[in-house]
Order: sequence, then C-alpha cells, then structure tokens
Amino acid sequence: MRENGILRIVARFLIPLIMLFALYIQFHGEYSPGGGFQAGVVFAAAWILFVLIYGLDAALDVIPERAMYVLMLVGVMLYCAVGIAGVLMGGHFLEYTPLLDDPKAAQQFGIITVEFGIGITVATVVMLIFTLFVRRRELLTDSEEQG
Amino acid sequence: METLIDIGLLIFLIIIAVAVVRSRDLFTAAMLFAIYSLLSAALFTVLDAGDVALTEAAVGAGISTILVLALLALVPRQEAPPTRSNWPALAIVVITGAVLIYATADFPEFGRADNPIQTHVAPYYINETYNDMGVPNIVAAVLASYRSIDTLGEGFVILTAGLAVYSLLATRRRRPQRRKESRE
Repeated sequence: MRENGILRIVARFLIPLIMLFALYIQFHGEYSPGGGFQAGVVFAAAWILFVLIYGLDAALDVIPERAMYVLMLVGVMLYCAVGIAGVLMGGHFLEYTPLLDDPKAAQQFGIITVEFGIGITVATVVMLIFTLFVRRRELLTDSEEQG
Repeated sequence: METLIDIGLLIFLIIIAVAVVRSRDLFTAAMLFAIYSLLSAALFTVLDAGDVALTEAAVGAGISTILVLALLALVPRQEAPPTRSNWPALAIVVITGAVLIYATADFPEFGRADNPIQTHVAPYYINETYNDMGVPNIVAAVLASYRSIDTLGEGFVILTAGLAVYSLLATRRRRPQRRKESRE
C-alpha cells in the first residue's frame, strides 16, 4: 500500500495519535477505563498500521525483532521485580505498601509499575506475532515465485 | 430507552452470529466477527462497564481481527464445503442450549440488592478502595493490587502465547542478498 498517497498521509497523521492514546490509556488507567492490556494492544495496533503502510523492514528498523524478544521478557520481569521488592522490604509477594512511606502513594506506584510491565509485554508479543505472520507470508510468496 | 438499545443490540448480535455461521468466505466471517465484538463492546458500554468495553473493542474488534486477517493471508480464503450433515453435533448443541436456558430459571432476580454478587466482596471494594489506595478506578485497583497475582498470571499467559507462536512460525532469517532483491 506504499504508493497510495491518501493512505500514507492519513496514516502519518493517525499513527502518532493512536500511540499517544495508548499512552493515555496506560498511564491514566487508574482514573479512567484502561490499563496495561488495552494500552499494549492499541500501541501494537499503531505499529501494525505502520507495517501495513511502510512495510515490515521499515517498521523493524524502528523496533527491531531482537528488542521485541527482550522487551516481552522485561515486561513480565518488571512485574515480578515489583513483587519481589515487596518481599525484600518486609511484606508479602506483590504487596505494595512497604515500597514507599505513604501507603496510598506506594499502592499507586505499584499499580502504575505493574500495569506498565503488562503493557510492554502485551504490545511486544502482539507485534512479534504479527511480524512472524508477515515473515511466513513473504516465505510463501517467495516459494510461489520460484516454483 | 436503555431497554430498547439493549434489545436492538442483541438482535444485531443474533443476526451477525447467524451470518458468521452461514458465511463460507472466511474474510467475510472475520470482518463480521469484528462487528460482533464491536456490538458486544457497545453492550458493555450500556452496562457502564467501561474497562470491559475498552478491552473488547481493542482486543476483540481490533487485534483479533488483524491477527485473523494475517492468518488468512496464509490459508485459502474459502471454507471447505461440508461433506455431510452432522446430526449428532446438532442434537448435542440443541440439548445443551435447552439445558442452559432451563437453568436461567434458577437465576436470582436481576439487580436485586441481596444477590450474592452484591453481598460478597464487592461492597468492600466499593467502600474501601479509595481509602486503601486513593485510586478512583475500582477495576484497576482490583486487577493490579487486590488480585495482583491473577494479573501476573495473565502476563505470563500472554508471554507464553508469544513464545508458542514463535516456536510454531519462526523462520530462518533470510539471506541479505535475497532481502535486497525483494526491496527493489
């Protein structure tokens, strides 16, 4: 779809807005509907739109495949790290109150951090799955061309 | 008015569900499923379930559809025609459906104040969430703090899904000269 001017212009305008909305859902999640899952999915959707317009190679220049493998583990590990930090500071696993002096601030800090971890994992896993599908499709096209 | 919207949305849901089953074109079925999810999201919005509606719209109507379409790029577009009618399957579906509808007679009355859902942990969450953590969105508080281990498990489910798809679909990296050819 690279050659279609209207699509390119509209996508160039929309992709940053979608990503911004994803960040809003992510970090405003404790006040309005939202959270890590939805934010991650919306962010990945913006990236997939980028793939559809500019091609996979250009998109992988922005977020390389290796970064996806690392980030999808980092997200879950960030979640676990918050849990273990609670244990080390004298609470139960995933208890946020010991993290900071003010219990409410500690809870909010915990919630935002674990949601951020979930958001990273969901976004990168969806991107990775889509990348793998596109790779398969390219492989199929190649083999059809050859024989 | 709200009842009318509910009835309208539910009628649309039934029509689209039938259309999905009847469609032999998988592309059409995928798009109809996206509409189905969007209607479900509208129903959740009518029920004031903002978080669920957002999830349904983003995951059900958005990403699921994209992934199904990505899959359809790899497989034939038409569903294989059925070879014969499967009467035992129809019988099982009809009986199960009838039993489920019969079971709804035992449901507590919708929205009554002493239903189990209103008397179990929900009052605690509604009354104490703000005092406990100063977070106005009860859903976020329950998901990320009260029942945080559940959400950690969900995170691992997503990670496992990514790893499973990787192990099924990963291809060897294409040689650089081939990539240059395909770019031209």
